[in-house]
Amino acid sequence: MAWEDIKRQITESDVWQSMFRHGYEDTPRNRILMVSGNVWLHLHPSKVRRHAVRMRFTWCMGGITFLMFLVTTVTGVYLMFYYRPTAEYAYADMKYLEFDMPFGMLMRNMHRWAAHAMVIAVWLHMFRVFLTGSYKPPREFNWVVGVILLVLTLLLSFTGYLLPWDQLSIWAVTVGSNMARATPFLGHEGPGHELMGVNPIYDARAFLFGGGEIGPHTLLRFYILHCIFFPLITSLFLAVHFWRIRRDGFSGPPL
Amino acid sequence: MAEEGSAVRAVAGGSTAAKQIEVPIRKAVGPGDDKVHTWPHLVRSEFICAILVTVLLIVWSLLSDAPLEEPANPTKTPNPSKAPWYFLGLQEMLVFFDPWHAGVTLPSFIIVGLMVLPFIDINPKGNGYYCFNDRKYEIMTFFLGFHILWVSLIIIGTFLRGPGWNWFWFWQPWDVHKVEAMTAVNLPYLLGVRNPTLDFFVGAALVIGFFVGGSALMYWWVVHLKGREFMRRWGGVRFGITAFLFLNMWGVVLKMLMRHLFAIKYIWTTPWVNI
Repeated sequence: MAWEDIKRQITESDVWQSMFRHGYEDTPRNRILMVSGNVWLHLHPSKVRRHAVRMRFTWCMGGITFLMFLVTTVTGVYLMFYYRPTAEYAYADMKYLEFDMPFGMLMRNMHRWAAHAMVIAVWLHMFRVFLTGSYKPPREFNWVVGVILLVLTLLLSFTGYLLPWDQLSIWAVTVGSNMARATPFLGHEGPGHELMGVNPIYDARAFLFGGGEIGPHTLLRFYILHCIFFPLITSLFLAVHFWRIRRDGFSGPPL
Repeated sequence: MAEEGSAVRAVAGGSTAAKQIEVPIRKAVGPGDDKVHTWPHLVRSEFICAILVTVLLIVWSLLSDAPLEEPANPTKTPNPSKAPWYFLGLQEMLVFFDPWHAGVTLPSFIIVGLMVLPFIDINPKGNGYYCFNDRKYEIMTFFLGFHILWVSLIIIGTFLRGPGWNWFWFWQPWDVHKVEAMTAVNLPYLLGVRNPTLDFFVGAALVIGFFVGGSALMYWWVVHLKGREFMRRWGGVRFGITAFLFLNMWGVVLKMLMRHLFAIKYIWTTPWVNI
């Protein structure tokens, strides 16, 4: 039997046609079906303005930010298989990952560098959106969602910073979180703290740390925030963000 | 969107005809209007971009290892202790402001300021294209906040701050024993006010004067530039928020200059907070 016959038998079978409803013929109808009939691609409208396609205009930074989010999610799941968020094991598991696990070091490197790249890309994305005035009507609300996503990106990165449980991570998180104890009214060193009756084991920083000092409880807390809480919240806001981009006709002047 | 384009869009839930809003169809003209198919035009560039970036990331990850220092030891504080690099701008601000201000109030202003941006900027021009001349002041303000303040403070915090958060140039070795004379004084003291009570009032006058005078100057400047009619459309609330945030941003610049050039610690000392 010729290859063409085999191919036709497969693509005309009930099983294949139940999954794939159209082929790759380059027809206008098919070009639209490619996007509207695909759950991932239908984040796009089926037609966009030539404007919105130019890399010179978009810098592709929003897309790169999302790609970095996906990379950190995939590599993060891999790392979670080998990492225990307890003070006894966390650091040993890092060593284990580096020296014993297949691709452990590569996955960890990709996870960390992608996280850094995501922070930089989201800043550049914001800068580009500012430069093209793309926060103006009707996109005002989507800019606000974007600012929330920017904050979530920083929080995702910051909570992950603690997990290696080495000197770099606990002291960076200590310095970063010390600001919380100076929160006006809610931190025990902040102005107005005596009015609220907060103290070192009961204030904004203690809420963040899960106790008065950074310790095993903080590790577990940051682990859950990093692996479950913030990714979930971020996904929700991403959904809103993408939906709004689609509704507002992608880049370029409003219609 | 034009593709759904009906001239009249009913308000959700609106039952009477009176609730319908006339939405004029603006026929988009010019280069913004020619549409192309997402497949293949956009999907193709996204795909190529994703592959390139992924390859770059893998190469980067093969060449350079993520840091792992010795195990966490809460009894051994490294000097300097630095926050993650993207927060070093805030840590650097601790040189100029107390922690409640540098670490909580100012970052909140940044976040809130970014969020209100689309609502205080009522300039209809420059929507969806690059143009400096249509939005000179918006772009320059963003440039000051993002590039000059945020990014350069991160660079200073990352590369120029060493042990004791002292300043070390790139070529200077980090000397743990570097002694920096603590000669900073408060601004009223520098102006010759030695009385602690008077000090409070002079400080208050300076800070309040900065905001009131600054707002007045900005009001005059905007009216001078754009006319009264613009100011009326902009409205008091928008102007107030904009002036407050704008002056706070310049306040940071001013305080940094005062600290670096004249070794000034506080401008206004009160029993509760110092600014």
